[in-house]
Amino acid sequence: MSELILSRRRLLGTGALGLSGLVAGCDRINADPGVRGLLEQVGDVHRVAQRALIGRTALAKEFSAADMSPLFRANGSTRVADPAYRAELARGFAGWQLQVSGLVHNPMVLPMAALMALPQRTQITRHDCVEGWSAIGKWQGPRLSAVLKLAGLRPEARYIVFHCADLYGGRPYYESIDLIDAFHEQTILAWRMNDAPLTEAHGAPLRLRVERQLGYKQAKYVMGLEARSSLAGLHGGKGGYWEDVRGYQWYGGI
Amino acid sequence: MADTPPDDTPAPQGGELVRRHRRSTRLWHWTNAFTLAVMLMSGLMILNAHPRLYWGEYGANPDHAWLVLGGEADVPFPGWITIPAHYSPADARIWHFAFAVVLVVALLAYLVRSLLNGHIRRDLMPRLAELHPAHLWHDILDHARLKFPTGLAALDYNILQKLAYGSVLFVLLPLVIVTGMAMSPGLDAGLPWLTVVLGGRQSARSLHFLAAAGLVAFFLVHMAMVVLAGPVNEVRSMLTGWYRLPREKDQ
Repeated sequence: MSELILSRRRLLGTGALGLSGLVAGCDRINADPGVRGLLEQVGDVHRVAQRALIGRTALAKEFSAADMSPLFRANGSTRVADPAYRAELARGFAGWQLQVSGLVHNPMVLPMAALMALPQRTQITRHDCVEGWSAIGKWQGPRLSAVLKLAGLRPEARYIVFHCADLYGGRPYYESIDLIDAFHEQTILAWRMNDAPLTEAHGAPLRLRVERQLGYKQAKYVMGLEARSSLAGLHGGKGGYWEDVRGYQWYGGI
Repeated sequence: MADTPPDDTPAPQGGELVRRHRRSTRLWHWTNAFTLAVMLMSGLMILNAHPRLYWGEYGANPDHAWLVLGGEADVPFPGWITIPAHYSPADARIWHFAFAVVLVVALLAYLVRSLLNGHIRRDLMPRLAELHPAHLWHDILDHARLKFPTGLAALDYNILQKLAYGSVLFVLLPLVIVTGMAMSPGLDAGLPWLTVVLGGRQSARSLHFLAAAGLVAFFLVHMAMVVLAGPVNEVRSMLTGWYRLPREKDQ
């Protein structure tokens, strides 16, 4: 009997060892750059297929006020530590200005009043977090395309980068989109949410809405736009905070 | 293969090796088995990021969830059942989306091939008589008594097999694919009917989970039946195509 128990214990031990070996093996495969490269290449089929299928102009679904989430979950940074930001927050962003820089003919700074004076778009859309949850909210602001037209993109510009006021895990948050999404009808710089000025938790004073992509692309606390020809050389080089830090896809449409 | 042998060759007897599964069936079976294992394990890691399920278009922590997995646990699914083993929904998404392509391409190729070579019509489609309640009940009793067909009858799928394989091929796999597509904000913009027919993105996510659970249930029953029916013979026939006909009781 004791032999049986011993052997059973040994069997369990061997099984657990085998399992942990298998798990470690799987993680080694997961960490292998060749395997990752191949997986990412195959997975990129989705981006190519989506771009071909949905085109430049297809609109994300817009909802009615009755469809809105009773409470919109705030995620990621919900407070900004930067003293300059806190001072502006205290005075209602009266002295805040959006910096427009990079590959543009007219680099400029735009105060909130200038953004509010541009034609406004209001949309009730679904925000899909990469974690899996969704919330429906109402957003208002000028189209990003209107701001880009004011500044005048130079022909080499390929990407619009959004520089944010918040640090997440000690690193500056940023995001980027290509010109297809930058000039999309629903891509706006929202300063209002659910019929009130943006709160700090949701990205005051200005937040990007790029409605055909996931939540991590919707940069909060936007301080500046930068037009670039390439994403290389900027922070981690992958075009966004979560892309650099965790390896999330740059294309957030999936 | 259920082809009737030509008249001049004697019908195979119990105990003889016969050709059973086509190459396309065997190839798809193992490709799909491996792919579904990766999809399940990477899917559980993605679910770890937000193990709450909702009905409707929206759903987040403040909203009512119909299912919350894991309770007090940090993440509901431990490392030995997820890809990767350490917490990383980002890596899991890389695996999930790459193998989603394999899943769809392999399934489409197999369905087209099986339509053209008659596998669906001859072997998988239930005949009307088989769907008679008396016949169904008879088959259920036989299964419950672990009485499996012998001789030539073992070459044909019985009605419970046809229903099980049919629900995987024509219900669960298409559902898991379509609900997966409906979770993509990009595809939702281009194909707005996706979330309409599924009742919203969070409903699609819930149905994605339920379809995956259905595939796991199929897998468990499938494994049990393979073990009961003779695992060596069954696995050999799915690897090589050669199947040893079970002997008749009086042989």
